[in-house]
Amino acid sequence: MSKLTDLTMAEARDGLAKGAFTAVELTGAHIKATEAQRHLNAFIVETPDLALDAAKASDARRQAGNIGSMDGLPIGIKDLFCTEGVQTTAASHILEGFKPPYESTVSGKLKAAGAISLGKLNLDEFAMGSSNQTSYFGAVENPWKKKSDPKAKLVPGGSSGGSAAAVAARMVLGATGTDTGGSIRQPAAFCGITGIKPTYGRCSRFGIVAFASSLDQAGPMARTVRDCAIMLGAMAGYDPKDSTSVNMAVPDFERALTGDIRGLKVGIPKEYRPDGLSDEVARVWDQGIEWLKAAGATPVEISLPHTKYALATYYIIAPAECSSNLARYDGLRFGLRVPGKTLDDMYKKSRAAGFGAEVRRRILIGTYVLSAGYYDAYYAKAQKVRRLIAEDFRKAFETVDVILTPTAPSAAFGMGEGTDDPVTMWLNDVFTIPTSMAGLPGLSLPAGLSQDGLPLGLQLIGRPFDEETVFRVAGVMETAANFTAKPEGV
Amino acid sequence: MAYIIQGDTGDWEIVIGLEVHAQVISKAKLFSGAATEFGAEPNTQVSFIDAGFPGMLPVINEICVEQAVRTGLGLKARINLTSVFARKNYFYADLPQGYQISQYDQPIVGEGELILDLPDGGTRTVGIERLHLEQDAGKSIHDMHPAKSFIDLNRSGVALMEIVSKPDLRSPEEAGLYLTKLRSILRYLETCDGNMQEGSMRCDANVSVRPVGSTELRDRCEIKNVNSIRFVQQAIEFEARRHIDVYENGGTIKQETRLFDSVKGETRSMRSKENAHDYRYFPDPDLLPLVIEQSFVDSIKAGLPELPDDKKARFMAEYGLNAYDAGVLVAEKASAEFFETVAKGRDSKMACNWVMGDFFAALNATGKTIENPPVTAADLGALIDLIKDGTLSGRLAKDVFALMVETGKAPAALVEERGLKQVTDTGAIEAAVDAVIAANADKVQQVKDGKTTLLGWFTGQVMKSTQGKANPAMVNEMLSKKILG
Repeated sequence: MSKLTDLTMAEARDGLAKGAFTAVELTGAHIKATEAQRHLNAFIVETPDLALDAAKASDARRQAGNIGSMDGLPIGIKDLFCTEGVQTTAASHILEGFKPPYESTVSGKLKAAGAISLGKLNLDEFAMGSSNQTSYFGAVENPWKKKSDPKAKLVPGGSSGGSAAAVAARMVLGATGTDTGGSIRQPAAFCGITGIKPTYGRCSRFGIVAFASSLDQAGPMARTVRDCAIMLGAMAGYDPKDSTSVNMAVPDFERALTGDIRGLKVGIPKEYRPDGLSDEVARVWDQGIEWLKAAGATPVEISLPHTKYALATYYIIAPAECSSNLARYDGLRFGLRVPGKTLDDMYKKSRAAGFGAEVRRRILIGTYVLSAGYYDAYYAKAQKVRRLIAEDFRKAFETVDVILTPTAPSAAFGMGEGTDDPVTMWLNDVFTIPTSMAGLPGLSLPAGLSQDGLPLGLQLIGRPFDEETVFRVAGVMETAANFTAKPEGV
Repeated sequence: MAYIIQGDTGDWEIVIGLEVHAQVISKAKLFSGAATEFGAEPNTQVSFIDAGFPGMLPVINEICVEQAVRTGLGLKARINLTSVFARKNYFYADLPQGYQISQYDQPIVGEGELILDLPDGGTRTVGIERLHLEQDAGKSIHDMHPAKSFIDLNRSGVALMEIVSKPDLRSPEEAGLYLTKLRSILRYLETCDGNMQEGSMRCDANVSVRPVGSTELRDRCEIKNVNSIRFVQQAIEFEARRHIDVYENGGTIKQETRLFDSVKGETRSMRSKENAHDYRYFPDPDLLPLVIEQSFVDSIKAGLPELPDDKKARFMAEYGLNAYDAGVLVAEKASAEFFETVAKGRDSKMACNWVMGDFFAALNATGKTIENPPVTAADLGALIDLIKDGTLSGRLAKDVFALMVETGKAPAALVEERGLKQVTDTGAIEAAVDAVIAANADKVQQVKDGKTTLLGWFTGQVMKSTQGKANPAMVNEMLSKKILG
C-alpha cells in the first residue's frame, strides 16, 4: 500500500475518480504511514476511526455521484484550527483537553469538500516559534537528515512543523498551516514541500486560535504546486463571520497553472541578499532566476528599502496582538485551571503553568509595548513602518508581476540549536516577515538540496489577491527544479 | 439660580461631568447574534463569541451602529464617518475576552449638545463631549456562595452607548435634569429604554469643586455606576461636601474612582489613580475601521422623530402653552401624544389643564402608565366637549372624570346613565331659585342692603338643591335679577 502514500493529491484524486482505489484504501494507507512515522511526533491527536468513517462516507458519496473537490483525500489539520468535538490545543498546556463545540470555517470547508482529516498536527505553542520546539506536546522531528550526520535530529521549522513533517513523510497528502510571519513557508522550505500563505483576507480566520490577528492567515501545505492550488481552492472564500475576510470570488487556482510565464517580470529585491547570506541559499536563488529566464520571464532588480525594519516591527506588532488575544486563557471557562486564593492568584497560577517560555516572553513584550507611555514609541511607530513596508511592495508591483526571494536564510538546523537565543531564532523569518506585514501572498517551493542533502526553498511573492500569478510562476519553477528527492526511510 | 455651597472659608461651586452608559435597543448583541432580552435565566443568552472562546471573532451589528448614529443626531452631534473599535485590556472574571471592545480616540459620535429645561421655564445648554459604542461586561454575583463567585454572561457583549457630557453641570439638580432630558431623548429616538432599575441606563459622575469665581478644574473623583437619578444627585451632593471639607481642612483631593453606597448615602474609595488600570488600548485587529456613508447618516436623519425640544417649541407656538407646561408634556413621547389627541380641535388651554391636572393625578393615583392610561385621550377629549357644549359644568365634569377613572366608561354614557346632565331648563332652575329665595327672606334683605357677596351663598344653595346639575351661570344670572331686580 505504500504506493498510495507516494501519490500527489492530484494523482490520488484522479485514482479515486477512476476507481483505481477507494477512499477507505487511500485513508488506510495513510493511517498506516502515520503509525509508522509516529516517532516524528507530527500529530498531537490522531483520529483514525473518524477518518475511516469519513472515508466510507466519501466512497458512498462517490457511488452516488455527489462528490466534493477534495473528496476522499486524507489530510491533516494544524492543531490551531478548532475542530468540533476533537481536542484543539494550539500545542499549549493551557488548552489541553479542550474540545471545541464548533468547527473553524477553513477546516469545515475542507470537510465539506470531502477531505478526510487524520487528526490534529503539532505546532509551536500558539504558533509562536520557527522550529516547532515550543510545543507543550514535544518537538516535531524533520524527516530529512543531514548526509554528514544522519543521526542528528533536525527541526521541521515552525510554527506549522507538524504539518510540514507529516506532508514530507507521506503521512498525509496535504495539511492546513497558518502563517503569521512565515509559519507555512519556512517549515515548507525546511521539509522540502510546497506551501502558500494566501493574501490576508483570502481565508477565514473564524475558529482559528488567534496569535496575531492582523497577520494570521491559513494556507495549504502539500507536495506540489498543483496540490496547493487544489487545497487552497477548498479553503478560501469570504466568511461573514470574519470581518477581515474579503468578499471576492475564489478563482480556480488549478487553472492558473498554464506553464506559460513568457513576458512576466520577476522582481529580485537587492535587500534580500544581506552580507552573510549562505552561499548555498544564494546559489539556489540564482538558479531560480535562471529557470525563470529560461522560461521567458524577465528578472528585474528591485528595491524594498524598508525590509531591514520588518523583523523589529513584526516583533512589536505580533506580540502586542498576542498579549491581548491570549488574555482569554484565564482558567475560567475552558482549559487548564490552577486554583488560587484569589481571582488574581488563580489567573497567575493558571497562566504561569499553562503557557510555555516563548509564549510568556511574547505576552510580556506585547504588554510592554502597549503600555501607557510606550505605545507611541513602539506600537504606533511599528504600524507606521508597517505601512512603509507595504508601500515598498506596492511600488515594486508597479513594475514587476511577482517577486522571487529565498524562503529562509538556511536549511533545517539541529534540534536544540538556537533555543537559548530567541533573537537568533526569530531571524529565521527575516525573508518571510515582510510579506506578512504587507498582507501579500507568498509561496515556498523546494528548489534544491544543500550540499548536506537538505531541502532549500524559494519564495514567490505576489500582488494582493493575485495568488494565480504566484501559482503560475511556481508551477514553472517546480517543473524546472524537478525536485524528486525524498527523506530517507519514507 | 447658581447653586453655591457655603463653606467655612467661602463659597464653592461644583463642577460635574456625567458619563452615561445607555444600553442600545437591539435584538442582538454588538458583535454576536445572541439575544439581549432582560431577565432571562443566567447564561442562556451567550454565544461563543460573548464567552471569549478560542478562535471566535466579532462581527459588527449594523443595527447598533444605526442606533448610535440616531442618538448622535438626536444630540445634534457631529457624526464621524470613520470610527475605530479598540480593545480595552483588563482581567476580570466577567470579561471573558480579557478585553472590552470599545472606541477610544476615534468615536462614532463627536461633540453635540443637550438643552436642560429648568423649573422656572428657562433653558441651559450642556455640551456633549462624545458618544461611543462598546460592549457591556457580564455580571459577577458574589452573594450566592460563601467562597465562590458566580458569573452571568447574558449581558456580556450587549451594546452600550457611552455618552459623555462636558463638565458643564453645576448642581445636583442640573445633573438630574440632564439625566431626565437625556433619557427623554433616548426614549423618543427609541435607542435606549432608559430603564435605570434594570441597568439599561447607568451613570458615572465626575465631581470636583472650586471656589466661586475660579475657573480652574481641580482633581475630580469619578463615582461609578449609580443606578437612579436620585442617587446620582445624592452622590454628587455628598461628594462635593466631602471635597470642600477636605480642602477647608488643608487637605488635597486626589483623582480616584469611588463607589456610592445608597444605604448610607455616602461615597467611598474604590481605587486610586496610582492603582488605576493601564488599559493598553489599541485598535482591534479583528475589526476593520467602521466606515459609514453620509447617505446612511442622511437617511437616518430623515427618519428622526420630532424631538422634545422641537415639540416643546411647537406646543408653545401652536397651543399657546407656557414653557413649563410644554416641558412637562413633552418629557415623555406618550404624554405629548396623549395631550395632542386631547387638544386636537379643542381648547388647548383646557386640554392642558385637564391633562396636567386631573389626568396626571389619576395616573399617579392608579399607578397606571400613559401607555395604558386610566382614561383614554379620546374619552378625555369627549369630556371636554361636554363641558364646551354646556352639557356639564366644570364641577360636574370633575365628578364624571372620577367615574371615568373608576369605571373606564365613556363620559357620554356616564352622563346618560347617572342623569348627570346639567339642567339648563329655565323653568326648572327658576323653581329652585324661587324656593331658595322664599326660604331665606332675611338673607335676601341683607343682599338688598348691599351685602352682594352673599349671592354666592345663594348659588351654592341652588346647586345643592339641584344636586349640582343646574347651570351655575344661569343660576347666578337669575338670582341677581330676582333679588336685586
